[in-house]
Parts: sequence; C-alpha cells; structure tokens
Amino acid sequence: MAEHQINPNDWISEYSDYLFNYTISRVNDREMAQDLVSETFLAGLKSMSNFKGEASERTWLISILKRKIIDYYRKINSNKGKAEVRMTYNSDSEAEGDWLEERVADPFDKTAEDKLENSELGNAIHECLGKLPQKQADVFKMKTILGYDTETICNDLNITASNLWVIIHRARTALADCMEKNWF
Amino acid sequence: MKKSFLFISCEEAQHICDKRQYGEATGWERVKLGLRLSWCRITRAYSNRNNKLSEIMQKSDVSCLKDDERSNMQKQFEEELAKHQ
Repeated sequence: MAEHQINPNDWISEYSDYLFNYTISRVNDREMAQDLVSETFLAGLKSMSNFKGEASERTWLISILKRKIIDYYRKINSNKGKAEVRMTYNSDSEAEGDWLEERVADPFDKTAEDKLENSELGNAIHECLGKLPQKQADVFKMKTILGYDTETICNDLNITASNLWVIIHRARTALADCMEKNWF
Repeated sequence: MKKSFLFISCEEAQHICDKRQYGEATGWERVKLGLRLSWCRITRAYSNRNNKLSEIMQKSDVSCLKDDERSNMQKQFEEELAKHQ
C-alpha cells in the first residue's frame, strides 16, 4: 500500500505558502511566482494518476514546480543571444591588468549562497508554521511576514488587540521551539 | 517610589517583549521591560529567544501569499478540481 495518499482538496491551504516561498526566492517576481504555483497545482491535478505515494504530496508537488521554474527560465532565455555569456574586459579601466584572476569574485561576497541558505531557512519556517494551529499561523503570517498593522488584522479576523497578542505570543513560542529543533 | 510603579510580572514582560519585536512597545513599557530584564533570568531567556526568532525571520526574507491572492488561487483551482471530480 502507498505510504502517502493524495488529497487535492487540501493543497492550497497546506502547500500554497510553501510553494510560493520556494518560487519567489527563485524567480523574484510576485505575480510570476503565483502563476507558477497555480500552474503547478493544475499540473498536479492532471497527473494525479502518476502519484505513486512513495514521496509526500509536497515533495511530489515541488518536483512539478521545479520543472515549471526551469521551463519559465527556458522560455525567457529562448531568444538567440539572450543566453550568451558576454564578458567585457574593461581595458580602459584604471586596473593594472586585464587578467581574469583580478576579476574573480570576492570570496567574502557570498550573495548567491546566502540567498540559497535564506531560501532554505524560509522553507524551514514554513514547515514550522504548518505545524501551528491554523489561526495562530494566519495571525503570525499577517503580522510578521506580511507586516499588516494590528488594527487591520483585528478588523479582518474580528478579534481584539489583546486576543491578537495572546495568539502572537503562542505562535512565537511554538515557532521558536520548532526552529530550535530544526534549524538553530 | 512604590514597587508596583515599575514592577511588572513575567507575563507582562513577555507581552511587552512581543510588542517590541514589532516596534509597538511604548517608551515607558521598554523601560519597565529593561528593568525586569536586569534581574529576571526567565524574562531574559524569553527575550533572547524572541530576538533570535525576529532575526531569522528578517534574515530569511520569507514570503507568503496574501489573503486575496490565496482566494484567487483557490477559486481558480476549485473550478479545475470540479472538472476532475
């Protein structure tokens, strides 16, 4: 019997934030990230029969999403020449030589690695958020990730400010526990 | 000076500490929290952990969908899902 079952009814509530965070850290465009996540869910629906249950639903959806992201980059680089690597030697610059060694990236400039680590960190945060009760996760996301002000959240969710801070407190405590186990 | 004037409970200190993470603690609250932090080990531990969580949240640059974005996605998905059921 398959280890994991498929249940598309819960996909959006369970995985949309995780997939969105995964995508936006790779395509850097909010609208495009939403489109790619939507396409992933739709592609998942169409190929549900291929789900063998050996991996979790999320892992399976991520594998579809990865292909969508690759297709996206293929598409934007499909015009001839766009993918060419162009290198300027800047012979008119004040640097003494044109040797490539002089242009090697600063080893302390780890922007790409940092970005990758931050993306993994983001995924770990979403995994921990997935373990919180729905309301705690929603309030925490609105307050901390989306940066909504207290009044807006209270109006949207019909809760009092003191209620909000109790929920935030519980969410932060649970999240810190989870992150301590999985990341720190 | 009365003790209660500056004294806050551990729970209140944690509440102020939470508010401080979002820049919503008043100056007076920060003073009271600072005083509590100077002698309460439990508040200090909570505060350190809370600050660390805020740091990683900031560092991660984590994103999530807004409510309306998720609703649109849900709507679009449900239409497609209905065709498959």
